[in-house]
Order: sequence, then C-alpha cells, then structure tokens
Amino acid sequence: MSSETASSNGALLKVDNLEKHFPIKRGILWERTVGAVKAVDGVTFEVAKGETLGLVGESGSGKSTTGYCILQLVKPTAGSINFMGKELMQLGREELRRMRREMQIVFQDPYASLDPRMTVGGIVAEPLEVHGIGTRRSRGETVRRLLDIVGFNPQFTNRYPHEFSGGQRQRIGVARALALNPKLIVCDEPVSALDVSIQAQILNLLKDLQRDFGLTYLFISHDLAVVRTMSDRIAVMNQGKLVEVGTAEQVFHEPRDEYTKALFAAVPVPDPHRQRERKAERARLRKESRAAAGGTAPA
Amino acid sequence: MALLEVNDLKTHFFTREGVVQAVDGVSFTLEKGKTLGIVGESGCGKSVTALSIMGLIPKPPAKIVGGDVLFDGKDLTMMSEGQLQHVRGNEIAMIFQDPMTSLNPTLKIGTQITETILAHKDVSKQDARKRAVELLQEVGIPRAAERLDDYPHRFSGGMRQRVMIAIALSCSPRLLIADEPTTALDVTIQAQILDLLDELRQEHEMAMILITHDMGVVAETADDVIIMYAGQIVEKASGFELFDNPEHPYTEALLGALPQLEGEEHEIREGRLTAIPGRPPDLVNPPEACRFAARCPYSDSGDTCATVEPQLREIRPGHWVRTAHPASERSGERETVNA
Repeated sequence: MSSETASSNGALLKVDNLEKHFPIKRGILWERTVGAVKAVDGVTFEVAKGETLGLVGESGSGKSTTGYCILQLVKPTAGSINFMGKELMQLGREELRRMRREMQIVFQDPYASLDPRMTVGGIVAEPLEVHGIGTRRSRGETVRRLLDIVGFNPQFTNRYPHEFSGGQRQRIGVARALALNPKLIVCDEPVSALDVSIQAQILNLLKDLQRDFGLTYLFISHDLAVVRTMSDRIAVMNQGKLVEVGTAEQVFHEPRDEYTKALFAAVPVPDPHRQRERKAERARLRKESRAAAGGTAPA
Repeated sequence: MALLEVNDLKTHFFTREGVVQAVDGVSFTLEKGKTLGIVGESGCGKSVTALSIMGLIPKPPAKIVGGDVLFDGKDLTMMSEGQLQHVRGNEIAMIFQDPMTSLNPTLKIGTQITETILAHKDVSKQDARKRAVELLQEVGIPRAAERLDDYPHRFSGGMRQRVMIAIALSCSPRLLIADEPTTALDVTIQAQILDLLDELRQEHEMAMILITHDMGVVAETADDVIIMYAGQIVEKASGFELFDNPEHPYTEALLGALPQLEGEEHEIREGRLTAIPGRPPDLVNPPEACRFAARCPYSDSGDTCATVEPQLREIRPGHWVRTAHPASERSGERETVNA
C-alpha cells in the first residue's frame, strides 16, 4: 500500500488513496459512532518540484482537509503521503517536526491567522525560534530580509497586526511561511478575503516568490479564475473525491467530468457579450444533466 | 418619470475619529424593470448607498446630510419612520449577503414569510400561508408546503437565500435591492440564484439594484453599471459600453486586476496581474481633489489631479466619468480639465 521508495519521477509530493473520515457520534454517556463524514475519500495525486497544483472545489468538497492532511495538521484515516521521499504517516514526532520545516501553509483569513498579541517581527520570527535556527540577532536580520522580500516595510517589525490592512497582513503571513525556507507551501484560499486590487498584488507576489525560490505550491481555492492564473496543473474535487486532474489547459479547455463542466460554466466572466453565450451554455448543460438524470432513472 | 432618482446623496458617519464621508454626492436614476449594478471594493460606499435609499442607516452615527432619494417622485429622505415602513416591503425590498444571519434561527420559515405578508397586506392567516407556499414554489423550493414548518438550519445556504428572496417578493415590490446576494454562495449555486433573480425580475417587471464586488456578476446581470470609489461615482455607463470601453483609470485597473478564466494558456500562467498600488484613501480626510490620484498611473506632478476636483462629465452619450485622464483622451498630449 505505502511506498517507501524515493519518488523517481521528480514528484516532490505523492498523495495516494488519501482518506479522512470524521466520525458521527450519538449519545451522551454511551457515545457511539453511528457513521462517518467522508471529507476526503480516496484522493490520489502528485505534485512535481517547482510546479503549482491548483486544487479547486466548492465548500465542503474536502479541498482544505486534503491540505491539512498533507501537512499532518489533521491525522488522515488511511492512505499514503510521500513527501521528499519520506512517508509522512509513518514518521515519529521528532522526524515529523524536522519535515515540517520543509512544508508551510498560508491561511485564508489574514485577520484570524495572525496572533493579535504578537508583533509583526515576533510572528515572522516564531518559526525560526521554534526550530532553533540562528541567534536572536541573526533572526532579527532574517525577519527584516523576509519582510523586505514580501514587500512589507521592515521598519514596522515592532507594530501589531491590527495596524495593517488585509493585504499587508497577508504579506506577513507569507513572510512567516517563507521563514524556514520550505520546499512546499500549501496556500489555502490565500486571497479569498481580499479585494480584487489587493488580491492581484498577493497573487503577483506568490508568482514572483515561486520563480525566485523555486517553490512548489499546492494552491487551494474555490475561485477558478484565480486557480487558473496560478496553476500548471489542476485537480477538481467534489464531495471528497477527485473528479478530474490534468494540465490547466486540458482541464479548462476539454473538461471530461460533468461536474467540472458545470463548475466552469457557472463562473461569470467580466465581459457581457461573452457572458450571454456562457449563460446559454449553462442553461444547455443544466437541461442535458436533467435529461440524463431522467433517462437513467429506473422505469 | 424614473422609478428611482437619487440626487447628490451624501451620507456621513459622525464618529470620534471625525466625519467619515462614506457616500459623497451620488446621483443616478433607475427605470422600471431595469437592473443597475453598483460595483466597488470594500468601503467604497456601495452598501451605505443602498441602506440610505431604504432609510436603514444606523442613526446615529450615520446621517444623510444632503441630497434626496425620489421613489416614484416622493422623497424618501423626508418621510417619517411610519411612512418609510410602508414603502419598505411593499414598494422596495432588500436582500442581503449572508442568508445564514438574515433569517431568525428560532422561527419557522413559514412564520417568517407569513409575518411579512400579514404586516403589509390585509389578509387572513390562512391566505397568508397559502401565499407563502406559492412564494416558496416560485423561488424553486421543492415540497414547499411541508418545508414551511422547517427551521432555517434545515436549509442549505442557497436554499436560505431563496427563502430570503421569497420574503422580499412577498408584497410584490417594484424595486429589489440585492446587496452581494451571492457572495456567500458557491459558484454553481450563485448561477442558480442569479438566474432566479433574473426570471423573477422579468415576470414581475421589477427594477433591481445589484450591489457587488464581482465584475463577472455585473457583466451577467446589469443593464447599467456604476463604479464607485471612495464614496463617489467614478464611472457610469451601460453594461456593454463600460466593459467594452472603460474610461476611468480605476475601472481599467479593476478589470486588469482580475484573473482571467478564458484566454491563452501561457499568457495566463506566465503573465502578471495589474495590481493597483496602495489602498483607498481615508474618508475622514479624503484628498481635496481627485480621490484616486495617489494610485492613478496617469497622474503626475505636472497635472491638476491634486488641485482640481474632477467632476462627473458625459464623455460620450450616456457614459459618465470622473477623471482628468479618461482612456479616450490619453493620446500623449495634455488635455484641459473642465472645472
């Protein structure tokens, strides 16, 4: 089931048949499990070094849970996660801690993910402290260098997160994720809470960092246009399962799965002429799927 | 006569930090049966504009300090709370972004719909209930009669928004104001709700104001579009005209900042988005002249952007813009600013 061999084809991350089931419990004194929510239900994909895999899906599709499983932030029910040639699910505490340096996360909400009682400098330096990297002084330098890289004025290291706008806060989150010089960054809806103009700044920043540092991204988002601009390959999730994986071009131009088609047709594009056509296409797809559902129903 | 006419509306918030000029001189008209899209980023004043029309701004700290809102020729800003209550629901209804919080979790859906009908119409309880079932059917809720006795938590986000729409439609309003009605919903559900709103609008000959930050949603639904920035209208045109020939540097930048769903593969993946540097101005002390000047790529030290406030002017029939540097006048040479 699990492979201990190092990935031979250049894949930095290999996820094989990943499952995460959350038990549904009943009863108060005699608590018993009556079922399971299959949040992630047999997901398999690979991410090559230096590429971005976009993971799209609607709310509840299991895309974030997949990301958390990979980082071992939640414990998967079954399956294998091979990262840099190591099977993460079989690592001991200490080994896992060491591997965590190589994989970081940027969260959705820059208002909730930064500790309001820590200074900006403290937030960015924390991963370095936890992993015992550098001296106090060298960490200060590293923090200023990181903030400079992400376009945040390094003079503000002694300020607190609430003094900054959403875009600036997300830059702090990115600097923190970069602090340990990771190989993989899981971006979990990193721009969903931001206005369009600020969103563009952060997406451009993530693109630049990938080019400059050779980063690998697992880019999780519900926004198909955002995923398209960021991704080399795209994986579509629906109800815990991967329904389609392919190059961005293939998934967007020749989607094979019915759900993928419906999902893409539903996105309104900022062009009224084009959107009229898309609306007609959307109506056609809906009619088809209704006809198909009617056709396969038992007589 | 237009159904709705907003003239030089100014809504300010009187706070300890100073007077926030949230809406500062907004004017537009809306004809019967038409859809107007109001677009802008957070804090641009689009929602406050809607709440001002409905007389729902929190007073204090907010106050309408100027302008008027004519609905069918009657000035809503001059009405008493009692008169307004008659207009709200009967004539103008509103739906909000978050269907999870705009329904009362402790009351059955049926109670919440009939309550609205009974408040505005002189009908019996049975008739109100019958009407509620019809409304739920109309907005596409299956097994409508049974579902009247369900509480809101038994409905999904999309279904709750349908319930909200049913309540809004219960008294056949002539104007529906939808404030980010699909922002909290998944794209496939968003498409269903937009289709539903469009159908209902046509059937009931209802006018609609759609407030959103999503240029795609506007492109799909709006006959006319207003772009707001820092409490003011910066551009106003028909939907086709605005997307085909955007004039204001901010509108252009907003469109450029959007990731594209369709287009050439390598351009999309390799390309950079046009980010707008900086952020919107503080509305307690907004810039004296052009509010976009500090972020505008065309403004430089030699022009009047920092000294002369640009007025909203009609650059082509029906296309209004507030800037010294509209796209069609940017041919290298300086243009004169009409003060």
